[in-house]
Amino acid sequence: MKRIALLGMPNTGKSTLFNRISGASARVGNWPGITVDLMSAKILLGGHIAELIDLPGIYDLHGFSEDEQVVRHFLTNNPIDLLIVLLNSTQIDRQLSLLLQIKKLGFPIVLVLNMADEAKRAGITIDTESLSNALALPVIQISAKYGDGLPKALDAATQLINQQQTTTNPQSINLLLQEESQIENEMEALIQQHVQVPATLTDDTTDKIDRLLLHKWLGLPLFFAAMFLLFQFIFTVGAPLQGGLAWVLDLLRTSLLDPLFTNSPTWLSGLMLDGVYNGIATVAAFVPIIILFFLVMSVVEDSGYLSRAAFLMDAIMAKMGLDGRSFVMMLMGFGCNVPAIMGTRIMRSYPMRLLTMLVIPLSLCSARLQVFVFIIAALFSPKHAPIVLFSLYVMSFFTMFLTAVLFQNQYKNTEPFILELPPYRFPTLRQIVLRGWQEVKYFLNRASKFIIFGVVMVWLMTNFPSNVAPASIDTYAGQIGVFFGPILDPIGINHELAIALIFGFVAKEIVVGALAVIYGLQGDALMAQMATQIDWVQAMSFMLFTLIYTPCLSTIATIKNESKSTGFMWLSIAWSLGLAWTVSFVFYQSARALGF
Amino acid sequence: MQFLSQLETGQRAVISAIEADESLFHRLSALGFRVGKPLSIMRRANFNGPLHVRLGTTDVILRMNEADRIHINTI
Repeated sequence: MKRIALLGMPNTGKSTLFNRISGASARVGNWPGITVDLMSAKILLGGHIAELIDLPGIYDLHGFSEDEQVVRHFLTNNPIDLLIVLLNSTQIDRQLSLLLQIKKLGFPIVLVLNMADEAKRAGITIDTESLSNALALPVIQISAKYGDGLPKALDAATQLINQQQTTTNPQSINLLLQEESQIENEMEALIQQHVQVPATLTDDTTDKIDRLLLHKWLGLPLFFAAMFLLFQFIFTVGAPLQGGLAWVLDLLRTSLLDPLFTNSPTWLSGLMLDGVYNGIATVAAFVPIIILFFLVMSVVEDSGYLSRAAFLMDAIMAKMGLDGRSFVMMLMGFGCNVPAIMGTRIMRSYPMRLLTMLVIPLSLCSARLQVFVFIIAALFSPKHAPIVLFSLYVMSFFTMFLTAVLFQNQYKNTEPFILELPPYRFPTLRQIVLRGWQEVKYFLNRASKFIIFGVVMVWLMTNFPSNVAPASIDTYAGQIGVFFGPILDPIGINHELAIALIFGFVAKEIVVGALAVIYGLQGDALMAQMATQIDWVQAMSFMLFTLIYTPCLSTIATIKNESKSTGFMWLSIAWSLGLAWTVSFVFYQSARALGF
Repeated sequence: MQFLSQLETGQRAVISAIEADESLFHRLSALGFRVGKPLSIMRRANFNGPLHVRLGTTDVILRMNEADRIHINTI
């Protein structure tokens, strides 16, 4: 099988081109010599099946950023048959340096100049034929967004692949990479002879939009308004979709699965239905939100607004070792932690991604909100309810900032903060939909087994030994609650609530349901019963603990996948548990000391 | 001698020297920061935030830390 790598600078539309060539067949894979996943796809090229690999966008082959190292390690560890180098036509005057660096290494190259449409509007004309002769390699101008010129580019790739008998030799590339060269001069000469660039760009729409969106005083309010609207959109559209999906899954269970298991032993039907099937339902509940989140995020990202958000928020975020892009993800975490953590992939610095991933699980997501609304309704008067809820949001922000400040030296971002502001662009519908689909596929592939396993474990703990009532003190979960009594008593959490916390480890959505099972009551009766068993100080302590400790199994699974580190996953769990206990302890003991 | 970080919004200048370690130097030069290149300041973020700089056809944002590494002559 032939192997083709796609290489280019950031913001050249590389992913768009990759998606256009590969369609929906892309998958994520590991490669020798590198630790991050790369997207790849099998494509048919002139009778060959070829594998197309999307390398990270880099500015410079000799650079020291993590992405630049990934590309270098890939090229020096994996033989390839062809490199497609993608440059942005409108910035060819500086991007040509990358091509010349690669050309020096002797790769078979097709040079593809993207954004032909934007270049045309900006009045930049490139004589591809003479440039092709001067460089001695095929040069094709395309628009990846609209697909213009793509067949021509693929033809050129096919031709070159057919001529090519051997693959590149990674060792010799490694040697050549170490030699620096006269690239600067060669580039200047080529640009002067073959490219005409007007002194200023004629397309000033971007300038006009920037004057408003990056305005000294209006910029931030507009940013928050935009975030609020996107947030509202995701969750108002997402909630009915999740509800519908839950309804379908429930219907499937009552009409098909329940009858199927009526004759099997209780433990088997319990394991299959309350364990495995509930696990599948837990995974499925995230699908609509992830799709919607990435539909919206790809619009924000591809439009060029994300770098603007970084500009606006940077002054504040820099003090916490984060940047504006982290802030966007932190805000999104208030809807759902899972897609927000997946979204950190837009940050190229690994330490900063880790720091952001440590912070996001502390945001008060919509699932936790359900628990709080229920408990506040049960234990607090309508007059106090809004204050209590507001204080939980304040606490959420406080723990996030505290975590960032405390850990910023552990996860020090070493990459300089220099970002390109691309012109505003409208992403096409195809780009947006493909992105949502790929992210869901990724989540399902990576997280589903872990989540189903976790749900089954909690089912086992709350239903065994088999001769006691489910979710009672006598189950393993109850015994764990009793065992941790010495730790949980000082924060006012009794054994019943401790069992609910164990359920809450799976997903916060099921905490209220778990309380119903534990107390054997529902709705108003459950609220009344809880009000007699615990007082408001205990309830507040329970809510603080619920807010801060590990949000859910799906978040843990996502942290593990995105960080590619089991150790980091455990750190995140341990830190949130420790912080939750400390906050609850301080609150509970001071409230009691003050006589409440 | 003046630094990029001292430039006011709307001012134009030419880069006279870049004083950075190898990794920063590479990144800057890949984005078009080279000695002799003209640039202008589009805007500055509030609270001593990043600078928005235009070089030729490219718009770049960078923090004051990085802007302190770039020497310029105003024009």
